[in-house]
Amino acid sequence: MFANFMAWIDKRLPVTDCWNKHLAQYPAPKNFNFWYFFGSLAMLVLVNQILTGIWLTMNYEPSGEGAFASIEYIMRDVDYGWLLRYMHSTGASAFFVVVYMHMFRGMMYGSYQKPRELLWIFGMLIFLVLMAEAFMGYLLPWGNMSYWGAQVIISLFGAIPVIGEELTIWIKGDYVISGATLNRFFALHVVALPLVLVVLVFLHILALHEVGSNNPEGTDIKKKKGSVKPEELSKFKFHKHYTDKYDIVDAIPFHPYYSVKDIMGVVGFLILFCWVMFFAPEGGGYFIEAPNFEPANGLKTPEHIVPVWYFGPFFTILRVIPDKLLGMITMFAAIGALFALPWFDRGVVKALKFRSKAHFINLTQFAICFIALGILGTMPATDLANFIGRIATFGYFGFFVALWLYSKNEKTKPVPERVSG
Amino acid sequence: MKKLLITILALLPLMVSAAGPSVALDKANNDLSDKESLKRGFESYLNYCLGCHQLQYQRYNRTFADLGIDEKEGVEKWMPTGEKPGDHITNTMPAKEAAAWFGTAPPDLTLEARFRSPDYIYTYLRTFYEDSDRPFGVNNKVFKDVGMPHVLQDLQGVRTMDDHGVLSSATGGSMTAEEYDMFVRDLVNFLEYVGEPNKLEREALGYWVIGFLLILFILSYLLKKEYWRDVH
Repeated sequence: MFANFMAWIDKRLPVTDCWNKHLAQYPAPKNFNFWYFFGSLAMLVLVNQILTGIWLTMNYEPSGEGAFASIEYIMRDVDYGWLLRYMHSTGASAFFVVVYMHMFRGMMYGSYQKPRELLWIFGMLIFLVLMAEAFMGYLLPWGNMSYWGAQVIISLFGAIPVIGEELTIWIKGDYVISGATLNRFFALHVVALPLVLVVLVFLHILALHEVGSNNPEGTDIKKKKGSVKPEELSKFKFHKHYTDKYDIVDAIPFHPYYSVKDIMGVVGFLILFCWVMFFAPEGGGYFIEAPNFEPANGLKTPEHIVPVWYFGPFFTILRVIPDKLLGMITMFAAIGALFALPWFDRGVVKALKFRSKAHFINLTQFAICFIALGILGTMPATDLANFIGRIATFGYFGFFVALWLYSKNEKTKPVPERVSG
Repeated sequence: MKKLLITILALLPLMVSAAGPSVALDKANNDLSDKESLKRGFESYLNYCLGCHQLQYQRYNRTFADLGIDEKEGVEKWMPTGEKPGDHITNTMPAKEAAAWFGTAPPDLTLEARFRSPDYIYTYLRTFYEDSDRPFGVNNKVFKDVGMPHVLQDLQGVRTMDDHGVLSSATGGSMTAEEYDMFVRDLVNFLEYVGEPNKLEREALGYWVIGFLLILFILSYLLKKEYWRDVH
């Protein structure tokens, strides 16, 4: 019965073939470690955001007069509305946690290097859209930090010569941030950007499956056709799309091996996620900031206007540059540099463990600088904070410059032909 | 080296806690599960606060249900006549005039405990002191130059501040210091409840969810192990 049904479908749409090509017979390196959980976790959080978002939209009122009250209506009067809202607000922070981990994984194992440049670019586009999505979503509760946070970020565009002032008015749809701004941010947050995100995620995965997954050792599991002895070949059945072109070694089918492993990752992640959601939904004042429990008020500025923690690194880079326009350019350059990472790295060895000591030190200092920038971004801008911030900004950009310099003639260790264990 | 990187990244979300107000706050030590305390706090709120401060997002009947007050009794004893049980807890103070009277319109307090923290309110209500420079003759230690008069002065009495910024004990109030602390604690307790009426339900549900996930984690680990037996 089911077989007949599937046969009927397959004649009209390649469902089974697609399932095999991308899941049941997709060759994934067998040595994925902890860091490889974050891709599937990002998918999980995306689905969480979309689903809870849909249900929140049912009771949210996108207007300057009604937004704040409608959030409290969701929190109090809608059945389990509080749960939906906390899932969404905690999910926003969780999204950035998993995405930052996922990106750092790529940096450690050289997953951006040839031939995965486009895959990396799609990932960076996802990150960029995600930041826009989060920024616009943060205005919607219409709390006072929502308001002033948006005020600070939008005013940045005012630093652009000639068109700046006009541009900020165009973005806001008003001379000040108002209900008009809220309405357009709502439209972008719930319709436009999620659509773009989903398309980009689709392309990201498609590109991944075209070039194949990297692994912690950076070895290639696809060997030249006919170059591998039959007894050395992976004993699993893979889709002919892959085996026609290559001899596959050290690989296992994504499903069921990595699907069951990812279930474990998902449950582990959910334990942490639910712990925050049920016992500390404000995330210590970082996930939901205290001033946001007061309605937006254009006449009353919160004591310290700081963005949500996940914008911290880029906000600090902006803030430590004394000139506003230069600060904005530097901030966008910080994201631009990540986009160009595949071309800053002129090396051919991918994995950290086979690269030079210099690379290890460079990547470590980058991670430290990035975290330092993030912490500073949540703190008031004192002289000391700005001083440390400038050093960290230097370290952030220094990473790319140094990488470009040493990667050409890097002293690397020999990369084994096969996955070692 | 991998361990080092993992540790660094794991520390990413664990940042230092948010900066608080500059004055050291006293601990409220209130207990949300204490229904009697919540009821006393509710009653005090209606008597002393509601005249100026609304709870515009909180409904009467919800409050009755959560505090264990019978709705019929609640309507008779706790509500102004003419309002329906499902109405929000509001007052009739005209905002514009109020702004003229106090310098600023008295804010809604539904979310005050989440905005400022229960400890803040607890300290605030206990640290009014005499200051003849202020319109109402009082100032406050945690909220300097606040527009609000010391509404609870009849209960607490009067405190004065010496040259070192230390407050005297209160004199002339109808309550002892301990009674007044208790009174404020009940009020703070009620405000914390109003800030998030689902808080206890949320935490109670949380234990079940985490418990379920822990069991599921073990099962998913075993499932993974079973599947992965043929991977070498």
